[in-house]
Amino acid sequence: MTDVIFSALLGLLTIERFAFMLLGVSVGLVIGVLPGLGGIAGLSLLLPFIYGMDPVAAIAMLIGLVAVVPTADTFSSVLMGIPGSSASQATVLDGFPLAKQGEAARALSAAFFASMFGGLFGALVLTGAVLAARPIILMFGSAELFMLTLFGLSTVAALSGGNLAKGIAAACLGLAFGMIGAAPATGEYRMDFDTLYLSDGIALVIVGLGIFALPEMFDLLRNGGSIAEGQKLGKGWFQGLRDVVRNWWLSLRCAGIGALIGAIPGIGGSVVDWIAYSHAMQTTKDKSGYGKGDIRGVIAPESANNATQGGALLPTLLFGIPGSGSMAIFLAGMILIGIQPGPAMADRNLDVTYTIIWSLAIANVLGTALCIILAPQISRLTLIRYSLIAPFMVMVICFAAFQASRSFWDLVALLAVGVLGVFMRRFGWSRPAFLIGFVLSLGAERYLYQAVQFSGLEFLTRPLVLVILALTLLSLWAGLRKSSAAVNTEGSVETSRAERMWPQIAFGAFLLAIFGFVVLEGLKNSYLAMLFPVIVGSLGFAMVLLVMAAQLRGPVKAGTANFDTEANATDRGPWPFLLWFTAFIAGVAVVGFFAALIVWFVVFLTVVARTRPLTTVLLTAVACGFILVLASFLNLVFPGGLLQEMVRLPWPFR
Amino acid sequence: MTMITRRAALGAAAAVPFAAGAARAQAPVSFAGQTIEWIIPFAEGGGSDVWARFLAPFVSRHLPGRPNVIIRNIPGGGSITGANEFAQRARPDGLSFFGASASTQLPFLLGDRRVRYDYANWVPVLVSPTGGVVWVHARTGISSVEQIARLRGQELVFPGQTASGLDVVPILALHVLGLNVRFVWGMRGRGEARLAVERGDASIDHQTTPAYLTQVLPMVRAGAAVPLFSYGVIGPNGQVVRDPSFPDIPTFEETYQMLHGRPPQGPAYQAYLACSVAAFAGQKPAVLKRETPPAIIAAYRAAFERVVADPELIANRGEVLGDYPQAVGAAADELYRVATTISPEARAWVRDFLAQHHNVRF
Repeated sequence: MTDVIFSALLGLLTIERFAFMLLGVSVGLVIGVLPGLGGIAGLSLLLPFIYGMDPVAAIAMLIGLVAVVPTADTFSSVLMGIPGSSASQATVLDGFPLAKQGEAARALSAAFFASMFGGLFGALVLTGAVLAARPIILMFGSAELFMLTLFGLSTVAALSGGNLAKGIAAACLGLAFGMIGAAPATGEYRMDFDTLYLSDGIALVIVGLGIFALPEMFDLLRNGGSIAEGQKLGKGWFQGLRDVVRNWWLSLRCAGIGALIGAIPGIGGSVVDWIAYSHAMQTTKDKSGYGKGDIRGVIAPESANNATQGGALLPTLLFGIPGSGSMAIFLAGMILIGIQPGPAMADRNLDVTYTIIWSLAIANVLGTALCIILAPQISRLTLIRYSLIAPFMVMVICFAAFQASRSFWDLVALLAVGVLGVFMRRFGWSRPAFLIGFVLSLGAERYLYQAVQFSGLEFLTRPLVLVILALTLLSLWAGLRKSSAAVNTEGSVETSRAERMWPQIAFGAFLLAIFGFVVLEGLKNSYLAMLFPVIVGSLGFAMVLLVMAAQLRGPVKAGTANFDTEANATDRGPWPFLLWFTAFIAGVAVVGFFAALIVWFVVFLTVVARTRPLTTVLLTAVACGFILVLASFLNLVFPGGLLQEMVRLPWPFR
Repeated sequence: MTMITRRAALGAAAAVPFAAGAARAQAPVSFAGQTIEWIIPFAEGGGSDVWARFLAPFVSRHLPGRPNVIIRNIPGGGSITGANEFAQRARPDGLSFFGASASTQLPFLLGDRRVRYDYANWVPVLVSPTGGVVWVHARTGISSVEQIARLRGQELVFPGQTASGLDVVPILALHVLGLNVRFVWGMRGRGEARLAVERGDASIDHQTTPAYLTQVLPMVRAGAAVPLFSYGVIGPNGQVVRDPSFPDIPTFEETYQMLHGRPPQGPAYQAYLACSVAAFAGQKPAVLKRETPPAIIAAYRAAFERVVADPELIANRGEVLGDYPQAVGAAADELYRVATTISPEARAWVRDFLAQHHNVRF
């Protein structure tokens, strides 16, 4: 066995194959840095070139990309407050405050080293587990998976912000959004308004970008300056490394969580960062720093998300079951080079498996090194006036959202979720709780239904179910123990006391209406598809009522329910910038994405950023050139508008 | 390889920008310097995407003028979105063609109200058949298909995705056979379903050819799984015959005969047959719009005949195409016709059956 391991390493170390791995790592780096774009977009870029390639070189390239994305996506999470991909959402909570405090360098280096550690740990787990993982994976049936979704939902307690009822309501809202589309038990379409677009549900990338990125962007634009206050990047590169070493035990635990959750098909990597984050919180005595820039809040999710990749390869290789969206494309790449996943990967094709593992390990180290080399340059972005960066962010975020289903409606969905995000942020309804609910929604419903169908209520007596149940209760207890110290995901309550209560109460009424709608829509379905929306809708409704009851008692008596970050605002709020964004989407609807982008760039830069004409033209040209290169490699046609309906234009305008 | 083609095509495009369009009226068809889009109604990764990406370089090689052939993914609505868009938007100029699949064919046959396309308006240039096997776990107490009668006394559990998708084929097959099957829905792929059977939560399942060969066959060899029947392929005279990938596994018709002592018939069987051919033996077609100029259609058909005979393709087809004969020319027409038509009675029967037993709304 050791000779297989080392011959796989030697096979990888030719100049040509190494060059391809470097290519994969480089593409992964760029894609990871761009907010919203992750492994799926990156692998889609490389897929057209796979057929006919040397298999080892192809694997090295694909894995190189997969491995580096969760390292590189830290840049935009830490520097911009925008999740670089769905794997780094939790990193934003503490990484971005650190950057604002001028400690970007420390946060980034801690994140990169934690990522590398997690990645290597994942590769190590894969090395050992590939021979023994089959029985372990088979242990996780629908019942165990249901319990795991409950475990994931239990982290809401820790992430609910200052007010638990608000946190639960936010999670219910996320659960309700996740139910849009086909019901798992019966295939009935729920809340789809009879449209094809909504029948697939809303894509995670759109929800993630809408709920986090857009509100953050509007906020930064309002401040008018650059991201890093005080114009400092800070030093602290070694400080970051020291932070990881000092927290090695936390890092190891989180890497373990990442590898395990990644290996279990059905939960997926998108909640791993949140689970790791809340685990870090629950196991820390002094929680007061979380959400304000605690380095452990960076180390935990970053250790976990790289380890997830190693774990996720297990079901992909052994069972042909992709553990995540990017693994599905990796699988396609393997089939194109003539390798069919299956039991043979732990037997006849063991050399291929070890090639994959070595690629994973080497690419993690390479990726970390590159990130550290590039960090000082990339970090400079935080010193630039944000109004110069914002148009690029709008472009990339829309492009990423549009990857979801290649439809104009992706942009509309992004706008809608973005508006919701603006209000949730303003009134202190935990957005992480919303996101966790959204990600776990269908899983919770699907696995509960299947568990009951397979083994009745007896599923509750399965040993592994009981173990996970105990862990869930422990996590709940840890999260609720001192709920006043729970992380303030939306800012601190003290600074957000409002005298005028009506905006909050109006938003509460809006949420009530949504939950009422969820219940009514749920009731239209057959029993099995009705149960979940009705329960979630009713629970959410009750929680919102609780919050509103407190709010109606007046500004002081409302306590933690009184939360309005705009209470003391003196400017016009985020509205002007929301209008700018809406104008862009409206422009797309009329003249199509590319033409709208050009016009919008020029106008925004001139009016908001007040750049000189030459700079404006230059920046617009750079943006257009960049997006064209990306789109041509992906064979993309941009979303069209009315103009495209009427006349046939050449690419990229068509 | 694709990289070289792309570069060559880009160079050619720079040299003769718009010549091909003007010349096409009189000269023989040539796509030199053009980019042809092969529209796949799914996201990257997955069966149809891999199928098209595997074939694309060969299509590029054999179309006149060696155009650049790229895959354009239009995902959504379980392939209905992409099919609708091709039907409504694509121009009949041969610069785009469409790769359909079972998920496109079944909603069309069953009359899904979201369908805006009509197979009668398309012309097939290739049909790539595939197959599937229904199998049970040895825990059910049988060790070979000859003992299938023993399954009658017990309730089998089938883990499926949705009753309106590909699983409609095993639903109808098992109903016609008269086995007592409880369906548990919501699986997120055939892989998860297979795992549920392996784990012991469920007992009966079906897998498509590549997954059966790599994942289930080792279990069969170990005595843990027993194949019951394959969906078969369409033979030269239109009859269902054994699948070349599994010559030892009886077809559904043979297994029915084994159990009941007579061949299957009646509206339920007709409905099964229509859906089964649409979902397995008669997919995946690559199609052009019918109003495309005949010369272009002819060029495509000739190109695909050369594609499937290409020695490099035959050597590398592996599990992407499997051992199935790739239908082109008249054979493709015939298979396409069978796979995209259903008698009004059979359609009404399936719709009624699925609505009554599985809550499917059309």
